[in-house]
Amino acid sequence: MDDAPPVLVHQAITHDSAIRHVTGAAPYIDDLPEPAGTLHLALGLAPVARGRITTLDLEKVRNTPGVVAVFTSKDVPGRNDVSPSLGDEPMLAGDEISFHSQPVFVVAATTRRAARIAARLGAIEVEQEWASVSIADALSTGETVLPDYAFRRGHPEPAIDGAARRLAGEIEIGGQEHFYLEGQIALAVPGEGEAMFVHSSTQHPSEVQHIVARVLGLADHQVTIECRRMGGGFGGKESQASHWAALAAFAARLTGKPCKLRLDRDEDFALTGKRHDFLSRYRVGYDERGLIEGITFEHLARCGYSADLSLGVVDRTMFHSDNAYYLPHVEIGSKRLKTNTVSNTAFRGFGGPQGVLAIEQVIDAIAHERGLDPLDVRKANFYRDGSSVTPYGMEVFDRATLLPLVEALEASSDYRARRIAIAEHNARSPILKRGLALTPVKFGISFTLKHLNQAGALVHVYSDGSVMLNHGGTEMGQGLYTKVAQIVADEFGLPLERVAITATRTDKVPNTGPTAASSGSDLNGMAAREAARTIRLRMAEEAARRLDVAVSAIRFEDGLVHGGDETMTFAELARFCVLERVSLSATGYYRTPGITWDRAEKTGRPFFYFAYGAACSEVVIDTMTGEMKLLAVDILHDCGASLNPALDIGQIEGGFVQGLGWLTTEELVFDNEGRLRTHAPSTYKIPVASDVPAHFHVELWDEPNREDAIYRSKAVGEPPVMLAISAFMAIADAIHALAPGNPVQLRAPATPEAILDAIDRQRAK
Amino acid sequence: MRRSIRFIFRGMPREISAFDPSITLLEWLRLEASATGTKEGCNEGDCGACTVVLAKTDGDRIRYFPVNACILLLGQIDGAELLTIEDLAKDGTLHPVQAAMVRHHGSQCGFCTPGIVMSLFAAFHEAPRPPDREAIGTALAGNLCRCTGYRPIFDAAFDVLSDLPEDRFSESNASRLEALRALEDDRGIVIGNEDRFFASPRHLDELAEMIARHPDATILAGSTDVGLWVTKKLAPLKRVIALGRVAALATVVEGSDSVFLGAGVTLAKALPVLERIDPDLGTLMRRFGSAQVRASGTVGGNIANGSPIGDLAPALIALGATLHLRIGKESRILPLEDFFVAYGKQDRAPGEFVTGITVPRPEAETHFRCFKISKRMDEDISSVMGAFRISIENGAVSGARIAFGGMAATPRRALRTEEALVGAMLANPHDWMGAVQALEADYQPISDMRASARYRARVARALLGKALTEIAGSSRATRIVARTPIGEVRHG
Repeated sequence: MDDAPPVLVHQAITHDSAIRHVTGAAPYIDDLPEPAGTLHLALGLAPVARGRITTLDLEKVRNTPGVVAVFTSKDVPGRNDVSPSLGDEPMLAGDEISFHSQPVFVVAATTRRAARIAARLGAIEVEQEWASVSIADALSTGETVLPDYAFRRGHPEPAIDGAARRLAGEIEIGGQEHFYLEGQIALAVPGEGEAMFVHSSTQHPSEVQHIVARVLGLADHQVTIECRRMGGGFGGKESQASHWAALAAFAARLTGKPCKLRLDRDEDFALTGKRHDFLSRYRVGYDERGLIEGITFEHLARCGYSADLSLGVVDRTMFHSDNAYYLPHVEIGSKRLKTNTVSNTAFRGFGGPQGVLAIEQVIDAIAHERGLDPLDVRKANFYRDGSSVTPYGMEVFDRATLLPLVEALEASSDYRARRIAIAEHNARSPILKRGLALTPVKFGISFTLKHLNQAGALVHVYSDGSVMLNHGGTEMGQGLYTKVAQIVADEFGLPLERVAITATRTDKVPNTGPTAASSGSDLNGMAAREAARTIRLRMAEEAARRLDVAVSAIRFEDGLVHGGDETMTFAELARFCVLERVSLSATGYYRTPGITWDRAEKTGRPFFYFAYGAACSEVVIDTMTGEMKLLAVDILHDCGASLNPALDIGQIEGGFVQGLGWLTTEELVFDNEGRLRTHAPSTYKIPVASDVPAHFHVELWDEPNREDAIYRSKAVGEPPVMLAISAFMAIADAIHALAPGNPVQLRAPATPEAILDAIDRQRAK
Repeated sequence: MRRSIRFIFRGMPREISAFDPSITLLEWLRLEASATGTKEGCNEGDCGACTVVLAKTDGDRIRYFPVNACILLLGQIDGAELLTIEDLAKDGTLHPVQAAMVRHHGSQCGFCTPGIVMSLFAAFHEAPRPPDREAIGTALAGNLCRCTGYRPIFDAAFDVLSDLPEDRFSESNASRLEALRALEDDRGIVIGNEDRFFASPRHLDELAEMIARHPDATILAGSTDVGLWVTKKLAPLKRVIALGRVAALATVVEGSDSVFLGAGVTLAKALPVLERIDPDLGTLMRRFGSAQVRASGTVGGNIANGSPIGDLAPALIALGATLHLRIGKESRILPLEDFFVAYGKQDRAPGEFVTGITVPRPEAETHFRCFKISKRMDEDISSVMGAFRISIENGAVSGARIAFGGMAATPRRALRTEEALVGAMLANPHDWMGAVQALEADYQPISDMRASARYRARVARALLGKALTEIAGSSRATRIVARTPIGEVRHG
């Protein structure tokens, strides 16, 4: 039994739900028929960012027509904690308010409107305390959610001080709201005895299960979580979907009725964490050619009121503060600052983008100071033979990929000729200035928390030869279900429609990690393939017995099973297997090999491999108003041997545009009282169609993964976000034209106001 | 008097005679009609996930308007054919727009997709052929997609809009037109009782009388603002008087010296009319809200709500527009700038309502410019909106009307700046400085989530400089998106 060459894998197969998407027939949780008697929940929210509750009068809430019940933290049967690990996130605030709009009570009513109206009638009196809101506030209090953490190699301070050239600076990096189009939602349905079934829009069903069980005081086996699809996740439903599922399950338990909680968009903004905003300080020493000799970073990350996933997020910032560059003497430090704001969380890239943006700004500053083309400084500093170990001690074993990739893009984007043309344009154009930048991405693939790098799958073949596929990964639009179905269908030599993709459920595959860290297809693809192979081998043995040939002679192809000169259909073989009492159900399991990171010792290999890419962006800015337009984008990105080029290109384009929003129009504004003022699409601006240029070319770098990842592909979910840094650096390049030779100080996001401020600073130099 | 609303739904006439006056179309679809293909993304008319199409008669043709169902009230769809995502495919055959979206991998998570399909479906029937990228971008400006990066959606749009606009809807045009006409009548609508009603009068006198009798009723134009009172403030709208069926308010008169726009004229209908006054107004209107907002929102509503950041007011104040108001049988006209008294306060008595606006065309030797500054180019509220009408005689400024939005508690003229500018030589930028500095005396802007006070003040000065630079005839590029004379193809 040989592995036939793949038929479906590597093909541009359409997303499994595409037709249902375009016809409105793909149900999301709010579209599911509500069980009879379903109650709707709404939350009573804290009116201040910090303080102690002195009185909580819910009389008016209870007396509102339609209200069935009102619950507070006192009613929680189990533990009042929805945190992923540290026990620092109450489901409902007790006496202490930790951030503005923190949930204090929950209302269950017969309609959602009644619940929402009632929830606003709670009288929450609070002894208000000064709220720490900004990074500056947190530095003044010294409060952190986790201990400081640093990597160090060599002797950075003497290396910087001894270098021919030196620079120091501060980089302001804004946060980002996920703005998944489907807001947070859960529908909990009480079952027999104490059992609880929850439909949750989550990237991490297993964690939702554990937290629901914890809150209800149940064993995990009493709780089942299902997620068929999310209307977008982007990290925002990794740790932070559990809160709403827990509330729904809590209310369902206490009322005995199915309960649904769907946040309104404004609440979703106020109550869920964002990408961490940062202030990063650096000192760098380098030689006349811009080659870095020593560098220190201090990353000050605003984590909000609790730890959530900030340990891993800020660690990943540190892991990516080299991006693609060898840093001989280096210290990368971090502070995980505590503020009285919603707890910041995972967001596509998981801290990596902030680290990459920081080092790319340093590279630009070096290039500007030296009068060099930033691309030349980038290339000079790339990891290379003899200079190939990261600040955290991992050998960049696949370093040979990046330089040819960047040089190919440099050629295909016509970078050098455009640089000349832009200089000429800018010399003639006093008001409008153009800018160009080509930046690389190197992104480490694997969870840096080792135990998350495992996955399970469950495959059944039924007696008619149809296949049911289930695995622990979740579908949020990225096409994971499609990719894994391609893999499984190819194992059996079946057309795709013979494989039914079923909702992710904790009672089918237990103890899974989140669908995150770009790892969905790497992990679940492998696990599902193993499950399918187990069944295929059993089927092949039965076929070999029947056809009287060796097992090795059996082939599965086009829905048929061949052995010697004989052929039977896959369905016939399945039926024979059932008759002969051969099990057609199997689980599969996979754990990523070779990863050995030890955080305490700061040694080992955190990543299975790196994914690479590069982008070249051109912009024009209006120096009178700070307005900006992205004119052209060329991308070359490494997906290894792509499992599905259509889906991968979709991830690259979508990731780029999401990164573009982070770095340009998406601005989170908290006021001094800790209230988020940009809490809806009217005030928080994610990219729209016209923000994307007509010239938006994406090519795949066609080189199989050196590691034995599924079909030698590479993960693609997160790395493309950082391709958008090319657009940010292109803006900086346009500003640089106003006073060449001086590093540009541009904060992210580069809103018109930020651009104009940077222009003023540049002109003042 | 009619005691029900009537519309076409799923190919059949539908009549509803009892409903809460504040129920939104989306609530009706999802909760009453179990039509869950249409999604709620933001509940405020900004993301487009809830986009449905209203087909309406226009002479002997049917026109297709994309609207945000989340903030439109159910009562407003009287007389229309309501088309939702579930209507497009038939007997297992996808609509060409749907097929193109599948072919080009235009969906990922799929949650925005029904809205995008409906916007493209409206464009399929309304957009010019061959398609132009900017027109597609404009058609999609009200639909947020967080997954795809839009490229495949553009490709799907180009692909499908290259075909003739023929589908099963165009094939059944005649019978559908007939069905829509059968809904038309001359009666006003009232659902409910004196305490709690949704009313939609047909005639101006009827409207005036009703508003006079219920001065505390909510006057509902396009519901692009009032809809949010319902969805966000959870306001119980007990008495609603909708303007949408009052024929007299939909009047457009394009005269040689001026244009009259009835208060109920939608922003979509006003767009080409205003663009014929000046191309900058066309650019402004294309960036005003989204196709969905312009299809519902009205000229009168944008002015009557008195917002300090409405984009129409500064432009029309600079042009010297006058506002028509009516109370009972009494009418009056006042300069538009005088309508805005203070933040949240307009010169409008209880029971009084806006009937229309007259916009003078700039005379010879008079130049108009307006600029909208926002964080995002499309579908964003201005941080600063500046409008300039400058008359030139012998190379000197002979008259100036300048108005800004976002710079004060109301849209307001820059009277000191105007005065300081008169007499300035256009060819000599040093001569403009007095006026540029006078802006500081005219406005003390505030800081908010859109921009700081400092930025606003700085940009106001820049916009005046930019307007004068352009009027002075600079050959240099002055804008990211070029000012385009009417009839020329617009490129970014």
